[in-house]
Amino acid sequence: MNAPETTRRDMLCTLAGCAAAALAGGCSDFTHTEFFRGHFKELSEDELTAIREKIEAECKTKYDKDVTVSNTPAREGVQFAYALDISRCVGCRRCVYACVAENNQSRDPVVQWIRVLEMDKEKGIDFEHANPYYDAETVPRPGHFYLPVACQHCADPACVKSCPVGATWKEPDGIVVIDYDWCIGCRCCMSACPYGARRFNWKEPSLPADQVNANMHILGNRPRPKGVVEKCTWCVQRVRDGRYPACVEVCPVGARKFGNLLDPSSEIRYVLDKKRVFVLKNELATHPRFYYFYGL
Amino acid sequence: MKFDIARRTRLEALVAVLALVAGACGRHESNDLDLSAGWVPGPDAPSSDSKLHTPPPPFSEGIFPCSECHEADMPVNTKRRELSMAHTDIVLKHDEEHRWCLDCHDAADRDSLHLAGGDKVPFEESYRLCGQCHGDKYRDWRAGVHGRRGGNWDGEKSYLLCVNCHNAHSPRFAPIKPLPPPPKPERTP
Ligand code: SF4
Ligand code: SF4
Repeated sequence: MNAPETTRRDMLCTLAGCAAAALAGGCSDFTHTEFFRGHFKELSEDELTAIREKIEAECKTKYDKDVTVSNTPAREGVQFAYALDISRCVGCRRCVYACVAENNQSRDPVVQWIRVLEMDKEKGIDFEHANPYYDAETVPRPGHFYLPVACQHCADPACVKSCPVGATWKEPDGIVVIDYDWCIGCRCCMSACPYGARRFNWKEPSLPADQVNANMHILGNRPRPKGVVEKCTWCVQRVRDGRYPACVEVCPVGARKFGNLLDPSSEIRYVLDKKRVFVLKNELATHPRFYYFYGL
Repeated sequence: MKFDIARRTRLEALVAVLALVAGACGRHESNDLDLSAGWVPGPDAPSSDSKLHTPPPPFSEGIFPCSECHEADMPVNTKRRELSMAHTDIVLKHDEEHRWCLDCHDAADRDSLHLAGGDKVPFEESYRLCGQCHGDKYRDWRAGVHGRRGGNWDGEKSYLLCVNCHNAHSPRFAPIKPLPPPPKPERTP
């Protein structure tokens, strides 16, 4: 057992490689690194660099743009959390579109990670009667309030447990990520997620070249292929550099707060200490790291 | 095992006595803070002094300095009244039953605001004036929780003055046009 041996994966690689190479008929960009690589968490620095450079080169060809695909890891001593003041949100959807632009979401078909739900003040929080398709000359519409929903980055995420191949997981800083190259598109996670936070690429995503955000993260906003699942990553490409997510910066009423749960002087801790806070579907014990609060 | 427990109890008693003795000089400054255990904020953490880095006040064009029109020899009329000669565009919808111009603007020094107690406040620090009545919002704002922030969650943040978002004379937000809704999912034929 302790003698060096050919692992099962290596063997499969070699076998499948031969078969695939025969099938592909010597197609040059059919690389071993890309197709027969290991799980993301087991990749070596070199393998990661190769994958990142490949995505950068692909973007250059496709969009004629120099992009950087980073792999900034989680920082020690950081547990991210988010808070949203529903007494302030006016339902203007600025956050939805800032998110689309920042995270290179498909414009056609439309993929949006944030969904703003319009609810009846009389009914309170009631998903049965929530309307994500509201349109009006002006918001807030009388008698209504607004509840934006995206991935809640649950501490005990149902999506992660349901994925049969381990293509989605929780990072050490609390961000739930997806490896788009590992996702097999079975959509188990979508049916497991109680918050409807995940989106599936039914068709080839389209992204106009002049609207590509060149600051990318390998587990975040880099372009996704058809047939995989995607969702909010709290702008992993920004927050791991110390910046606020795009939705926080764009919200005109300042309803969105973000920071480090472990830092007692952070905005997020202030909210948890001093405001009336709740999480969505608390009874499901997914323990969201996304807190809603009443700031008024 | 028994011996162990007994010894632990005795040890605990000793520690308790020592703690009591130490507590006697608990007011001594050097005992107040345990620097080794606490969180050390980064160099850019918001300072605790009362002045914050905020953008310049959003004056209407050509309005400042006020003293340009309100010259020293212009008589000061402190009577509460409807303005007819100037500033007619200002609609006061801010506790207008109880407030008017000179409650916030300083009659003696037009380029300045003043607190209720008379202390002058520059326009750049108007948040101190707002904070007199809206203490809870002021507290939240200083902590970064009321209002819009940009920049870094772990460092330099951009703050805005209250008046960058709220019109001081009519602070309630006007409703705005929402961006378009997402398309409804198509029906499969
Ligand atoms: S940008 Fe702010 S106010 Fe507008 S919908 Fe999003 S959270 Fe609500
Ligand atoms: S909200 Fe849904 S997708 Fe996000 S972590 Fe929780 S279960 Fe997973």
